Amino acid sequence: MYRYDEFDARFVNERVAQFRRQVKRRLAGELTEDQFRPLRLMNGLYLQLHAYMLRVNVPYGTLSSKQMRKFAHIARTYDRNFGHFTTRQNIQYNWIKLEETPDILQHLADVEVTAIQSSGNCVRNITADQYAGRAKDELADPRVYCEVLRQYSFLHPEFSYLPRKFKIAVTGSPNDRAAVAVHDIGLRMHKNQQGEIGFEVLVGGGLGRTPYIGQTIRKWLAPEHLLSYVEAILRVYNMLGRRDNIHKARIKIIVNQMGIDKYRELVDKEWEATKDGALKVPEEEIRRINAYFAPPQYERLGDATDLLQRQRAADRAFDRWARGNVVEHKVPGYAIVNVSLKAPGKAPGDITADKMDAVADLADRYSFGEIRVSHRQNLVLVDVKQADLHALWRELTALELATPNLGLLSDIICCPGLDFCSLANARSIPIAQDISQAFTDLDELQKIGQFTINISGCMNACGHHHVGHIGILGVDKRGEEFFQLTLGGSSDQHASLGDRLGPGLPQADVPAAIRKIVDTYLVIRQHNERFLDTYRRVGIEPFKGAVYGSETQAA
Amino acid sequence: MIIANRLADGVVVFLDPGEKWDPSIDSGQLIDGDTEAERLLAVAKRHEAECRVVDPTLIEVEIQNGQPRPTAMREAIRAFGPTVRTDLTEV
Repeated sequence: MYRYDEFDARFVNERVAQFRRQVKRRLAGELTEDQFRPLRLMNGLYLQLHAYMLRVNVPYGTLSSKQMRKFAHIARTYDRNFGHFTTRQNIQYNWIKLEETPDILQHLADVEVTAIQSSGNCVRNITADQYAGRAKDELADPRVYCEVLRQYSFLHPEFSYLPRKFKIAVTGSPNDRAAVAVHDIGLRMHKNQQGEIGFEVLVGGGLGRTPYIGQTIRKWLAPEHLLSYVEAILRVYNMLGRRDNIHKARIKIIVNQMGIDKYRELVDKEWEATKDGALKVPEEEIRRINAYFAPPQYERLGDATDLLQRQRAADRAFDRWARGNVVEHKVPGYAIVNVSLKAPGKAPGDITADKMDAVADLADRYSFGEIRVSHRQNLVLVDVKQADLHALWRELTALELATPNLGLLSDIICCPGLDFCSLANARSIPIAQDISQAFTDLDELQKIGQFTINISGCMNACGHHHVGHIGILGVDKRGEEFFQLTLGGSSDQHASLGDRLGPGLPQADVPAAIRKIVDTYLVIRQHNERFLDTYRRVGIEPFKGAVYGSETQAA
Repeated sequence: MIIANRLADGVVVFLDPGEKWDPSIDSGQLIDGDTEAERLLAVAKRHEAECRVVDPTLIEVEIQNGQPRPTAMREAIRAFGPTVRTDLTEV
C-alpha cells in the first residue's frame, strides 16, 4: 500500500502543526467561530449533537493493521471506545474534544493517516471498490489512480474553496462496487479498441435533496490525461457552481441545468489549453505509485476447493458464511473475506476499540496485515488462504463479526442519524436495529436473496437511501418521526434512483412494512430473480398495495 | 433553558442560575417569559464571543417527574445521550 515519502510526511506534519496553531488561536479568542469553521472542517472536525465529531480518511478504503490499531487507540484514549465506518470508507468518532484534536491528528500522522479534506468544500476522500487489486472481474487496480488524484487534490489552492463538497469514486471492474454513478465525478475503467486501459468519465451524479445519476462526459480518457481532465471539470464547476444557495451548489445542479453537452463543451475548451501541459501524468509516475500497490508475496497454492467443500459439508454454519461472505480471489488458493459489522441489533458500521484491535490481529495473521473498508460499512480481509477460511471463520464468529448476511436484507447501510448528527430529522439506527432483529432467520435471508436496505435520517442521504433496493428516509412531521420508503434503487453499473412508495410510516410500522414487501416479492418473483429485478419487472403497485392496502383488496 | 456546546471540548452544557455552564440539565436555569429569555440569551451570546461556548440556543423544556426534559427529541438526545447506546451517557 501507499507509503509516505519524505514530502508526504513533512506535508502532513506541517499541516498538523498549522492546525495546532489555529486551535490555539481559536481557544484564545483570536479567531471567531465563523473564521475557524472552514479551517476545522478542512481537517475533518465537525461540531455535532454531543461534541465534536472527527472524520478520518481511509484513502480508497485501504488500511494497514498498524493504522487500525491506531484507530483503536484513538477510540480508547480520546473517545468512547468505538468508531463508526461510513458510506465513504472513512471512520468517524463522536466525542472528540477540540483541544485534543491536534494531538489526535499527530497520532494519526505518525501512522500516515490524515483527516485532511474529509470535510469542507473541497475534494473529499476518493473511494474505490473494496476488493480493488484482488477481484477476479477487475481490469486493473483502481487505487493507483485514486492515489494520483489524492496527491493532486490535497490542499490544492485553487480548489480549497469550491462551491460545495466534491466526491470522486473509481471502479476498476465493470461490476461497480464503488457507486461511481452517484458521485460528482465517477471513473469507470474500460479498455479501448487497442486494449489500453482508460476511463469512462461520469459527472454530475449525487444523492441528497436532489438526486441524479451521473452522465457520461467522456467515453474514454487515457490515464495520462486524468489530472488535466479532472482539473478542467473542477475549474468549470468552481467558476460556474452556485454559491448563493447551499442546496443548489453541487456540480450535479449545473450539469443538469445546462445539460451534459454544454458542460462537456466548456470542459473541453478548458482542457484544450491544459491537456498537454504540466499535469500530464507520466507513465513512470503511474508505475512508481503502482509499485506501492504491488500484491503481497503469495504462496504458490493450488485451488483448495475440495478441502472447502468437505469443510462446508461438515458444518452448516461455516457453509452459510462461506457462501455469503467469501468472494473469489484472482489468485488460486486465496479468497476475499468480508468481515460483517452487521450483527442483528447492532448499529451498522460501528465497531469497538477492542474489536478493531482484534481485526488488526486477524489481518496480520491471515491477510498480510491489510484491511479494507467497504462503503457498505463492512470490513474486508482481501488475501486469506482458502485453507485458512475455517479457522478464520471460527475466530470471527467468537468476535460476532461473522454474520453471514453480506448483500442480504440485514446487511443494512445506515447513517448515524439523529442519535448523533445535528443535520438529522429522525433517528436511523433504531430502524436498522428493528429490521435486522425482525429478519434473523438465516435460511430466510438466503431465500430472500440479494437485497439492499439503505437508511438515512434526513434528506442529505448519507445512508444513500435513494440507491437502496429499499430506501428509508426519516422525516420529522410535527415533532414525530416518520419514515418514507422508496423502492427500486441501485448503485451499481445499472444505477437507478428509488421510487417513493407512499406516505411516511411511524417507526413501529416499518419492520412490518418491510415484511409485507418481502412477502409480496416472494410470491410474485420468477426464476429466483432478485427483488430489484422483480420490482423492475412489475413496478410499484403490488408493493404499494401490500403496505398501504387498496380498495380492491379484501380487509 | 439555554443549551450550547462548550468550545474547548464540545460537551453539551446548560446555562445555570449563576450564569455558568453545567453539563447536567438538572442544574440548568429554567426560564420563564420572553424578557428573561432575551436577557439570558444575550448573556450566552457574550459567553460565545468570549470563546467559552458555541452556538447557544433557547430550547423548550418541560418538567417530567421533577426533572427538566427538552420537548424536542433532538435536544433530549443532546441532554441525555444517544437512544441507541445508553451505556454512552457516562464517560
